[in-house]
Amino acid sequence: MSYLQGLRCQRCGHSLAPAPVHICPECLGPLELVYDFAAMKAELRRDAVEAGPPSMWRYRSLLPVGDAPVVDLGTGLTPLLRADNLGRALGLRNVYVKNDAVNPTSSFKDRPVGVAATLARAFGLDTLACASTGNLAASVAAHAARAGMRSVIFIPEDLEAAKITGTAVFGTNLIAVRGNYDAVNRLCAEAVDAYGWAFVNINLRPFYGEGSKTLAYETAEQLGWRAPDHVVAPIAGGSVLTRITAGFEELQRLGWIPETKVRVSGAQATGCNPVARAFAVGAERIQPVRPDTIAKSLAIGDPADGAYALAAIRRSGGACADVSDPEIVEGMRLLAETEGVFTETAGGVTVAVAKKLAHAGVLRPEETVVIYITGNGLKTLEALGAEVGPTATIAPRLEEIDRVLGSAAA
Amino acid sequence: MATVTAVRIRVPAPLRPLTGGQGEVTAEPGTLRDVIAALDAAYPGFKDRVLEPDGRVREFVNVFVNEEDIRFLQGPATELRAGDRVSILPAVAGG
Ligand SMILES: Cc1ncc(COP(=O)(O)O)c(C=O)c1O
Ligand SMILES: [Zn+2]
Repeated sequence: MSYLQGLRCQRCGHSLAPAPVHICPECLGPLELVYDFAAMKAELRRDAVEAGPPSMWRYRSLLPVGDAPVVDLGTGLTPLLRADNLGRALGLRNVYVKNDAVNPTSSFKDRPVGVAATLARAFGLDTLACASTGNLAASVAAHAARAGMRSVIFIPEDLEAAKITGTAVFGTNLIAVRGNYDAVNRLCAEAVDAYGWAFVNINLRPFYGEGSKTLAYETAEQLGWRAPDHVVAPIAGGSVLTRITAGFEELQRLGWIPETKVRVSGAQATGCNPVARAFAVGAERIQPVRPDTIAKSLAIGDPADGAYALAAIRRSGGACADVSDPEIVEGMRLLAETEGVFTETAGGVTVAVAKKLAHAGVLRPEETVVIYITGNGLKTLEALGAEVGPTATIAPRLEEIDRVLGSAAA
Repeated sequence: MATVTAVRIRVPAPLRPLTGGQGEVTAEPGTLRDVIAALDAAYPGFKDRVLEPDGRVREFVNVFVNEEDIRFLQGPATELRAGDRVSILPAVAGG
């Protein structure tokens, strides 16, 4: 039984039956999903969730999948780690890290793709496709393999080696485009009209986004069914931040967690900061930028949901900030050295922005803060370069250990 | 070989009901604003779907000229020459 009623234009309110479309035929505005919320509130119980599988699919009754067999790689229910060492470094007392680097394809993208792939199959589409900054690519290719579907994936040609190999290995049609992500995205926005494919982040975008709400659901459950005071999430297209926000709001409306005003703060790289810039200058429209940053997974100069992310941040009393490439590397190393979690550049952005916002007093010492770590460090080894490597290379002789470690050997 | 004298405009699927189903239409060179006005004369209602009443491009619409976002050019005042390709796209995609 699905509580999904249909699609509705976020701009003009026009309604449509569920279908693989993302654009209002009346005004070209973005479509969102509409649920029978009253029925959900009356019929759904959080103990049923607790008895569910140890994955994001324990929340399937809140997702728009109905009775469809889900494309399941075992995504989700990732660790929420209490991070006291990191908290001490940031001057915060209650910090948690949601480690979504440990998903099946090593990023949070398995959540939205799990939902989009399930719907693509339910709509009878046979080809899964996407425009990707790298993580989405691997996730779409893996889900297509698991579902026995064909896939066609478009990426900018300059991605990190692990993102290319870690996608191609799934036997997909991986197409590298000479251009940045925004060029790839424009090409795919044209391709969606020309081919009958399920572009997870274009024509299936209204469904895709819903999968990321499970980041909020899990966080609340793992905190003992309550929302944190403040979350920090990265922004590329702006979908994950807005869906995390919506996820907490929904649990409150369902009465599953107490009413809390969750402050939401966004993280970008200085080399691709359209939302942070709009936040800083008080603008409502996002001006696109030309990305130039080591955080390639966040290098979207024209974020589709940028205005929605900005509005969610402002409405919640959070902030949006950006950090330089050296600060991103510092953020990656800080998280690794304090908590044993190795994140990619996007996570470096998030940790470094958390540090910046803590110093600015936006993140307050007593708040329960959750930092969303959305990708895995093994995918962006290039960013660390030679800077992180062996402390020494020695001959296999005992005295060599003393020689290279000196007093540290004692 | 025929010389190219027109600007070519790619029409996104949701606007094709206005152009009788055509995915590509042509117009005489001029500013983007002129071209859209000409298309509105040929396909009534076209302009309102692309531009705000004040002449700015609508929030959920992106316009590209030869693959460049017009926000990096001169916006609706961008000059279009014979052979230029314009692509009009809904803004929501990507991630
Ligand atoms: C690791 C990682 N984190 C965060 C994001 C940002 O997600 P969104 O595009 O939903 O803002 C992306 C991808 O775009 C990503 O790959
Ligand atoms: Zn509409």
